[in-house]
Amino acid sequence: MSATAHAATAPEFYVREEAHHAPGGSTHLGFWIYLMSDCLVFAVLFAVYGALGASLAGGPGPRDLFGLELVALNTTFLLISSITYGFAMLAVYAGDQPRTLRWLAVTGLFGAAFVAVELYEFSHLIHEGAGPQRSGFLSAFFALVGTHGLHVSFGIVWLCTLMVQVQRRGLIAANQRRLTCLSLFWHFLDLVWIGVFTFVYLLGVLR
Amino acid sequence: MATESIPETSFLFGRLTWSALPLHEPILVATFAVVVLGGLGLVAALTRYRLWGYLWSEWFTSVDHKKIGVMYMVLGLIMLLRGFADAIMMRLQQAIAFNGAEGYLPAHHYDQIFTAHGVIMIFFVAMPFVTGLMNLVMPLQIGARDVAFPFLNNFSFWMTAGGAAIVMASLFVGEFAQTGWLAYPPLSGLDNSPYVGVDYYIWGLQVAGVGTTLSGINLIVTIIKMRCPGMTMMRMPIFTWTALCSNILIVAAFPVLAAALALLALDRYVGTNFFTADNGGNAMMYVNLIWIWGHPEVYILVLPAFGIYSEVTATFCRKPLFGYSSMVYATVCITVLSYIVWLHHFFTMGSGASVNSFFGIASMIISIPTGAKLFNWLFTMYHGRIEYELPMMWTVAFMLTFAIGGMTGVMLAIPPADFVLHNSLFLVAHFHNVIIGGVLFGLFAGIYYWWPKAFGFRLEPFWGKVSFWCWVSGFWVAFMPLYVLGLMGVTRRMRVFDDPSLQIWFLIAALGALLVACGIGAFLLQIGLSIWRRDELRDTTGDPWDGRTLEWATSSPPPAYNFAFTPMVHGRDAWWEMKARGHVRPLEGFRPIHMPRNTGSGMFLAGFATVCGFALIWYIWWLALLAFLGLVATAIWHTFNYDRDFDIPVAEVAATEARRTRALAGA
Amino acid sequence: MSAGHPEARHGSPHGDPHAAPHGSLRDYVTGFVLAVVLTVIPFFLVMARPIESPGYTAAIVLACALAQILVHMVYFLHMTPKAEDGWLLISTIFTIVLVVITLAGSLWIVFHLNRNMMPGAGTMQMEAPPASP
Repeated sequence: MSATAHAATAPEFYVREEAHHAPGGSTHLGFWIYLMSDCLVFAVLFAVYGALGASLAGGPGPRDLFGLELVALNTTFLLISSITYGFAMLAVYAGDQPRTLRWLAVTGLFGAAFVAVELYEFSHLIHEGAGPQRSGFLSAFFALVGTHGLHVSFGIVWLCTLMVQVQRRGLIAANQRRLTCLSLFWHFLDLVWIGVFTFVYLLGVLR
Repeated sequence: MATESIPETSFLFGRLTWSALPLHEPILVATFAVVVLGGLGLVAALTRYRLWGYLWSEWFTSVDHKKIGVMYMVLGLIMLLRGFADAIMMRLQQAIAFNGAEGYLPAHHYDQIFTAHGVIMIFFVAMPFVTGLMNLVMPLQIGARDVAFPFLNNFSFWMTAGGAAIVMASLFVGEFAQTGWLAYPPLSGLDNSPYVGVDYYIWGLQVAGVGTTLSGINLIVTIIKMRCPGMTMMRMPIFTWTALCSNILIVAAFPVLAAALALLALDRYVGTNFFTADNGGNAMMYVNLIWIWGHPEVYILVLPAFGIYSEVTATFCRKPLFGYSSMVYATVCITVLSYIVWLHHFFTMGSGASVNSFFGIASMIISIPTGAKLFNWLFTMYHGRIEYELPMMWTVAFMLTFAIGGMTGVMLAIPPADFVLHNSLFLVAHFHNVIIGGVLFGLFAGIYYWWPKAFGFRLEPFWGKVSFWCWVSGFWVAFMPLYVLGLMGVTRRMRVFDDPSLQIWFLIAALGALLVACGIGAFLLQIGLSIWRRDELRDTTGDPWDGRTLEWATSSPPPAYNFAFTPMVHGRDAWWEMKARGHVRPLEGFRPIHMPRNTGSGMFLAGFATVCGFALIWYIWWLALLAFLGLVATAIWHTFNYDRDFDIPVAEVAATEARRTRALAGA
Repeated sequence: MSAGHPEARHGSPHGDPHAAPHGSLRDYVTGFVLAVVLTVIPFFLVMARPIESPGYTAAIVLACALAQILVHMVYFLHMTPKAEDGWLLISTIFTIVLVVITLAGSLWIVFHLNRNMMPGAGTMQMEAPPASP
């Protein structure tokens, strides 16, 4: 190539030896930014709930409707599912596939229990005549809590898909990335739930 | 389409009946005939020349950011013609509807036209053009081989195309919204708009919105993670900086739009009370939410245009951009400030003095960083060796035109002034002034500037200059009268006028629209002629403008992998430095290059989403459910495919680079 | 999310310096215990109402919520200033700022709109402007 003297003064303009870039290195940040956008969706739903929360249209309000025991049960399920997912991730890092699958299954079950309780609560409210069409307050309630529940449901579908994929291909790097993304998703949903049970249920009953 | 004849719903077809076809509207029948004939002609040509396989494997399934960028531009161009046809129809109606004449457009048709004009121009012309250029250029500027998530990129494009298809379908099946481009409730609620128009609006934008949001995430991560070695943030080209900020705004704003439209949809489909006039709804909340999205949206459009002006000015004044750091800080300031001015779009809704004052002052402050940018461009030109190629002409036209538009914006930012001017033609003139003068002129500059990079031949300049002069004169003739009319108190979206003394202004405006039509015609002619004569206009150097940034270091068009060896950067204007310091293009030592595979999944997913939207619009519930399940199933199936990449073998890289070496030698 | 190389050969992810941050068993259990405590307190305060003043109760409930959000961020989401070269933190802070603007802005605006424009929400403000400047 060029003389060493020339090479000593001329800067390097091309990378001749590419560092081995782990594929999928962008996934973590990308998924996080997606979560931030999802955060904004929930922010809008919270804002709508804040704006319409007092618009009862002569109908029932939070104190008439919310059974805090049920909400406490719900919250417990979701919180437990968070730590069981944590145990699943620890199993992933240990490379223990059967343990991973077991903890994922437990997480899914607690998630499903959360959704089941929520569906029960919704059907009860609708049965009482306090459905989403009743008032602005109830529309906002069903939209906020329902959107969260939809996210959890989608997470459960994703979780089942991942269980099949881990079963088939093991804890390869691609699957680890996906499990990490689902982990972020799952914990994020638990975080949003903190906002929901605080602002909707607890402060609603306190009003 | 009259709304009194709402048909019954059936299980199989929902509320879709033969009466949805606008057979009694001659304009639409004629349009449909032309579209069908044109479409059949296109299909025939593609079949005759055996291009389906080529289109499928080289373009539709491509995950190459350059190809996707071009497809966005094609989409934007097609939709520009539709959106401009709407504009011509409006100008014509407003020019003749005086002295008792009703004009040629009945109210329900006219209302759809101004709604569709706004929706199409913003969502399906400006956004695709901007996204297309960012996609095409930015990865090259940062020395990357593709974006961070190539499959997602392809999917995003097809979702945008799907949204456009939904909106276009409303022309021939059913009707479009008659509410204005933001569809305020209660007018857009089920009581006042019971038929399909607002539903077309909602689902068209939701489908396209998903694509846009994902694209935003994609490009942010690309810029953060995939810059070549040595390219620190403060060494990135300004276009990349503006692309970063624009995409941050996309991710920050589009979720708000999605949520607001979802709530409107719930009101219409489920009977909730978010924005209803009774039962505890609050329609003003919709206006609030939609503008929390709407104001950042206009900065999403204009920031990349500002980036284009920065690149063009530096290149064609043969000088580094003046005040790089202040440009960056100004861009970041604009990004942040754009999120705290939104109420200026509804000063008159009644928030009162304290709220209006805050947002008025914030709106005036945001003009300052923009002014700083303008001064930086001017100082770049000062003592530069200016070459008045078309992009530079567009830039100068922008400076003069946008300055006026910006000033009228600051006028509107004063709440008491806005109380007089809100929803008048003054407002219409202002936003067209900044969008056409700011965004569109920038896009035209960018298209001319980067066309050779994308296609390997230049656009011929003569018809480009014809287009330029028609557009610039046409814009001024079309919109200055609107400022006058607005100051005289004329309201926007009027179909018929009582005061005959206004007609002269509308006639002048119509003349301006005709000039713009000539500009568009000349633009199409320019493209056609350039393709016809592409061998004469061929660029073999890859660097026809003696550019400063890394995209000019590649061949035109670049190979699929962009760079055989990732560049290493030591300062700003990296390519300029490489040329100045005698870089040597490596001719051997190639490695296999890891690239993502093409895939049809993006098309299928977007297809399911589009069908689902169409089914929801027409209340065809079984189809909506099936399409939704298909969407989910396809997405899950797609994730079972782990074989997403391949390696371009060394021999192929070597052959491609050898071809380039020969081209450079022959040039 | 691409594959292509036989990752199974590469073994545990700890060798990869770009691996996403992750926690230990201690982190998860600590986080869980803290989260439980910060959940039980507000539920107890609202269900049993030992504190009479709703204002004080609300304040403590809010404080617990904020604290628990932080617990989740640190112990479950493993957010550190170093993750992704600081971009995780920047994007989170930016999002929080936007969330605050959206919430506070919307509530401020809607409160004023309701007061000025909604029928029956307080007296209609139709006073004549003051006679002298």
